[in-house]
Amino acid sequence: MIIPQLSIFLENKSGRLTEVLEALGKENIRIIALSVADTSEFGILRLIVPDPDRARALLKEQHFTVNISEVISVRTPNEAQHYARLLRILSDLDISVEYTYGFPHGKEAVIVLRCSNNEEAVKALENKNIELLSAKDFKDF
Amino acid sequence: MDIWNRHIECMDRDELKRIQSERIVETVERVYFNVPYYRHKMQEAGIGPEKVKSIDDLWKLPFTTKQDLRDNYPFGLFAVPMTEIVRIHGSSGTTGKPTVVGYTRDDIAIWSEVMARTLTCAGANRNDFIQIAYGYGLFTGGLGLHYGGEKIGASVIPISGGNTRRQIQIMHDFGSTVIACTPSYALYLAEAMIESGISRDEFKLKAGVFGAEPWTENMRREIEDKLKIKAIDIYGLSEVMGPGVASECLVQEGLHISEDHFYPEIIDPETLEVLPEGSMGELVFTTLTKEGLPLIRYRTRDLTRLNYGRCKCGRSMVRMDKCIGRSDDMLIIRGVNLFPSQIESVLLEMSGIKPHYQLIVDRVNNLDTLELKVEVDEDFFLDKISQLETLRMKLQDNLQSSLGLGIKVTLVEPKILGRSEGKSNRVIDKRKF
Repeated sequence: MIIPQLSIFLENKSGRLTEVLEALGKENIRIIALSVADTSEFGILRLIVPDPDRARALLKEQHFTVNISEVISVRTPNEAQHYARLLRILSDLDISVEYTYGFPHGKEAVIVLRCSNNEEAVKALENKNIELLSAKDFKDF
Repeated sequence: MDIWNRHIECMDRDELKRIQSERIVETVERVYFNVPYYRHKMQEAGIGPEKVKSIDDLWKLPFTTKQDLRDNYPFGLFAVPMTEIVRIHGSSGTTGKPTVVGYTRDDIAIWSEVMARTLTCAGANRNDFIQIAYGYGLFTGGLGLHYGGEKIGASVIPISGGNTRRQIQIMHDFGSTVIACTPSYALYLAEAMIESGISRDEFKLKAGVFGAEPWTENMRREIEDKLKIKAIDIYGLSEVMGPGVASECLVQEGLHISEDHFYPEIIDPETLEVLPEGSMGELVFTTLTKEGLPLIRYRTRDLTRLNYGRCKCGRSMVRMDKCIGRSDDMLIIRGVNLFPSQIESVLLEMSGIKPHYQLIVDRVNNLDTLELKVEVDEDFFLDKISQLETLRMKLQDNLQSSLGLGIKVTLVEPKILGRSEGKSNRVIDKRKF
């Protein structure tokens, strides 16, 4: 239930995000989910794509600083209380969330999380019957 | 225009040469017999002290470099027992080991003498109040000026560097007439003076002696306009003595070298040949009277040229031009010496970044600023903002503690800093000298 995610280091400079996306676009790489974290000095672009190894190799060729990180993902009804519930499950077990982002999928929401301990988080959520998504599920989005 | 030591400073050049020749013979004998390192070097070159009979034989001797000083850290090149050393200074801001210099009581007396000449060159005398805003400490600037100021009988104000508001207040309240600091700090003071709201007429400042970093004629004009003073360029390096090696007079057409103590040559930094009179090249000094740390043909790495014509002020001592640059990659930042290799060694000690960097030097509001762009190591780069921020802060701290300089660190992508383009691209100096 661990999903590979591309993390790309970006200088805080106009045009850099465009260049990453153009490089991927040229090879017809589909982006399933995307999030950008930024500070005043730099940013990190996070992407979930169907074939992360290929995308990573492509970006490396273009000299981007890119790595594959691991996240987990759940599907919940598109309402705040459901999001809150799963976060509560994690915080009760002292599992902290380093970052999270989400996107709608029909009437449901797909939520991506990076936890202090992804494996424990998976276990905890499974015990509470929360629907976890696999990398394969993502390919079908 | 007063001259501190008219007998020497206006001396006939043939007479001067006779003194220099006597002194070089003594100096070479002294280093040969008292400093094993020099003796070995001369033996390797096949030269005994008997081969040096006058200053014209100097070219036969091997050069001394900063590396020689480092290799003999701390006291290996001293030519007297430590019981004779009464003062120790170090070069400004280098990683790990500074270059160490030692002075005997006589050395301090000569240093005071040449600094007295320097201050007199700038028009100062016993009626003056000299505010010394150079740092006091291992750096030679503060104490060098201090002893010279006392020697001419001026009232010395040893305020040291920093604390600009207090500098302005003391300058006003004590009626300082001469300020000694770096030229960039002088411009900073000029602005602080305006901000203080005190009218220029209430200050008694008339001259400044500025050195320890390169500056241009434009900067001189700006300082003179803004502070309404005469801005005098002084030159020195701790290895040779400290400030006082050379100084402009009020004519402001070159810096008079105290040639009876420091003998200058100009060499081609590539071929190491001595160049003909008037050529631009690297300045090399041989100390003629120093006891603690005599130096034979010390390569300063500063590029300049010498003018042997007599100056309108009456002094016959040779004049050097303002230095136009360096024959190595040393930078002078806020008076602190910095070699790019020092940055490299800090980077190599850290994980998480690659030793690929670009240093951008600029001057903002008359103060030097440094920005270091470094590449994040891909293997280290996970995807946490906090990890990158920690890395950035840690690098800034390490640079501050090992170089003594505040450097703003920016993390960049690898593509930005070219691999094969070599050293020249490593440093971008936007300051205009």
